[in-house]
Amino acid sequence: MLGKLSWDAIPFDQPIPMAASLLMILAILAVLATVLLKGWGPYLWREWITSVDHKRIGVMYGLLALVMLLRGFTDAIMMRSQQALAAGDARGYLPPEHYDQIFSAHGTIMIFFVAMPFVIGLMNFIVPLQLGVRDVAFPVLNSISFWLTAAGVLLVNMSLVIGEFAKTGWLVYPPLSELAYSPGVGVDYYLWALQISGAGTLMTGINFTTTILKLRAPGMGYGRMPIFCWTALASNLLIIAAFPILTATFAMLLLDRYLGFHFFTTDGGGNAMMYINLIWAWGHPEVYILILPAFGVYSEVISTFSGKALFGYRSMVVATMAICMLSFMVWLHHFFTMGAGGDVNGVFGIATMIIAVPTGVKIFNWLFTMFGGRVRFTSPILWSLGFMCTFVIGGMTGVLLAVPPADFVLHNSLFLIAHFHNVIIGGVLFGAFAGYTYWFPKAFGFTLDERYGKAAFWFWLIGFYLAFMPLYLLGLMGATRRMQHYPETDWQPLMIVAMIGALFILAGILCIALQLYVSIRNRVALRDRTGDPWNGRTLEWSTASPPPPWNFAFLPHVQAPDAWWRMKQAGQHTSVPGAERQWHAITLPRNSPVGFFISFFAVISGFALIWHIWWMAIIGIAGMAASGLVHAWRIDSEIEIPAEEVAAFEQARQRSAAT
Amino acid sequence: MQSLWPDHIGVLDPQGPIGAAERLILLNATSIMLAVVIPVILLTLAFAWWFRARNTRAIHLPDWSYSGPVELVVWSIPALVVMFLGGMGWISSHQLDPPRPIASSTPTLNIQVASLDWKWLFIYPDEGLATVNRLVVPVGTPLHFTLTSNGVMNSFFVPQLGSQIYAMAGMTTHLNLMADKPGTYPGLSAQFSGDGFADMRFDVVVMPVEQYNEWLRTSRAGTSTLDEASYLKLAKPGIVDKPMLYADVAPGMFETIIRKATGH
Repeated sequence: MLGKLSWDAIPFDQPIPMAASLLMILAILAVLATVLLKGWGPYLWREWITSVDHKRIGVMYGLLALVMLLRGFTDAIMMRSQQALAAGDARGYLPPEHYDQIFSAHGTIMIFFVAMPFVIGLMNFIVPLQLGVRDVAFPVLNSISFWLTAAGVLLVNMSLVIGEFAKTGWLVYPPLSELAYSPGVGVDYYLWALQISGAGTLMTGINFTTTILKLRAPGMGYGRMPIFCWTALASNLLIIAAFPILTATFAMLLLDRYLGFHFFTTDGGGNAMMYINLIWAWGHPEVYILILPAFGVYSEVISTFSGKALFGYRSMVVATMAICMLSFMVWLHHFFTMGAGGDVNGVFGIATMIIAVPTGVKIFNWLFTMFGGRVRFTSPILWSLGFMCTFVIGGMTGVLLAVPPADFVLHNSLFLIAHFHNVIIGGVLFGAFAGYTYWFPKAFGFTLDERYGKAAFWFWLIGFYLAFMPLYLLGLMGATRRMQHYPETDWQPLMIVAMIGALFILAGILCIALQLYVSIRNRVALRDRTGDPWNGRTLEWSTASPPPPWNFAFLPHVQAPDAWWRMKQAGQHTSVPGAERQWHAITLPRNSPVGFFISFFAVISGFALIWHIWWMAIIGIAGMAASGLVHAWRIDSEIEIPAEEVAAFEQARQRSAAT
Repeated sequence: MQSLWPDHIGVLDPQGPIGAAERLILLNATSIMLAVVIPVILLTLAFAWWFRARNTRAIHLPDWSYSGPVELVVWSIPALVVMFLGGMGWISSHQLDPPRPIASSTPTLNIQVASLDWKWLFIYPDEGLATVNRLVVPVGTPLHFTLTSNGVMNSFFVPQLGSQIYAMAGMTTHLNLMADKPGTYPGLSAQFSGDGFADMRFDVVVMPVEQYNEWLRTSRAGTSTLDEASYLKLAKPGIVDKPMLYADVAPGMFETIIRKATGH
């Protein structure tokens, strides 16, 4: 009846996962109780859960990422403390079967459920505003994408309470992830969670590529598109090209595990190395899916806070698109040590290094954007400067790893761990925080507290260097990744320094949380009525903060890349032209619960498939299909905002800005 | 008191020609890149500081956002560095390709390596003996490793000797290494392979040739044999506390391991 599920699935005998599960369940219950007691339920349902507004969806993505950052970081600090303890004969406090789940969950969560939602959230919120349009091309699809991501998050977290997570590393390499070596449900949790959220991500890619290619304000040719939109376009093109590979690869592994196929098994003619090729054919573009929008954020932030247009706009566009193309031609550098031979390794090594050229150009262009500017040291620019100084080191170690013989001694070492945290923390995460602080006032109408923002930056920066510089050294000393313990007691001091670095990062995370709390408390003092608190350059700053559901009462006419800057130069201080304009009613997509329902049933079918509860899987899949069909038979899919409401909003805003 | 600087510095302390060549590449490539990276970091800090909003002495160019010559320079600098490093990468990935034999007047010692859950089996096919988790080799002798796995993938790695290579079920990879100095060098698996992964440690004991020959003689005096039965016992998942020795090896054992891994 319940497939493989029984009471044994709940880790009653393991205090750490049990305590963590209880804490998580209590937190969820507390949130639910608050919502019910305060009577927020209907509001949340109406305004958020069923919302198809790209801004609301963007905010929910951001919230999801911040919450999952806590989970991913908890895993990180457990790993660092385990390695700080388990030297010589010591075995630390995490037995291998638990430690292995922790590093697998850490990687999976940080990439798929922190970095991805953070970046997609920023794109959701900003891209339509920068393009000067009212929503994405497919607003309901956007809601479905978000809720499918949330479904994946829920499944991954369920593995903590019921069953186990993968013990194979975050990319579940076969043959280890095959049934013969991983008979438990851990790998199945991983695969189904990522199949479900991956489908959502692919839809995001289609949605945003269509939006950027087809919906832009009048006059916004490709040469006038803000650079963040260019990077978002590159990122979403990569999603469309790469995520189907991920889905297909996981599907093959699922067929191996569920139906006894032999794609990647050691016997029956399977070839595990094919999986490793395929997973990196997705995996390498994936890192550029994350970093390119972060590059876009830095471009916007550095330009705005230097009071100058971005230096070398066309170079930046060319560099972005070059990285987009090249990122698909380098996947083999993740396994030079497979023994493919000098020619293969040489070609992929050089292809990898070539990516450093457009990336280097970007760094120089940011440098020259500051030249002759008037740099205001707000926390977004601190994140950007911290990024520039840190990322070049990560880029250097990356090029080093691209030299095949250097990789032969550094592959899979803690040096590699330090390298990719260098580019993901110093690149993606710093960019996410820069974008979060920069665009927060646009989303909520008040700025974030600068003192906590700057403190967060310094803790993260120092914490990063303390945590990962020792790992670079340890890697050079021959320390490999994923060691539950190690005999070399002389490595322990460096491991302890890395642990202290993780504590600094913890302080940085606490500052981010406190910053949010303090800013909400002081929101009246931090209120921005202008909609343009930073003297911005692109169209999102031309409308109210928070923007009305329709974003722009009139679609702006774009005459330059920095359209809003150009308007301000021409003495025009609102995107709403003269008051004599005739106000129009605006048609918007109607909210829809279809995303929520599809994902609800996706969780049920995912859970059922993981535990082999076939009847429940059928119910889940039927529920998903039924939700889609009910949506397809809807009668009203649009609402109309009357002209008077639009006029009243805009006039009130102008009065408020004038006072 | 123990110094804070570790004794085990692996890749930084190579003990053979492959490891030494790889460390040289690491140092050369790093130096070349630092020549660009350090100025960029300094310029970033300098530009940000000099062009701070309050510094009225700084030149103000609010509309300067394009310069052909600057563009040419910023594309050229990384391009030149990459051309140089690319050449280095191409040449070195051929010269240090793991299957490439090491030129030497000393005859090559063949060693067959199988990664098992979670231990390393070393077969000396020409000497007719086998060891587990301890590899004894003569100094100054080219070593040719042929590697496979009985199931899960591992990576064979002796940091002080140089290159690592994957050990994969049903397949063989080749690796050539050499040790220049007698000593004991730690080896490990560099590819996660399950619960016992952290214990997949082994020692490479490099001996002077006479001592190695002596070791061969005494080792052969033992009685244990590596045949299909004892292999299947060894291959059961688990950790080995102490290194093991088989004084004799049934013919074709390595091929048997490969065949068994593919389910035949």
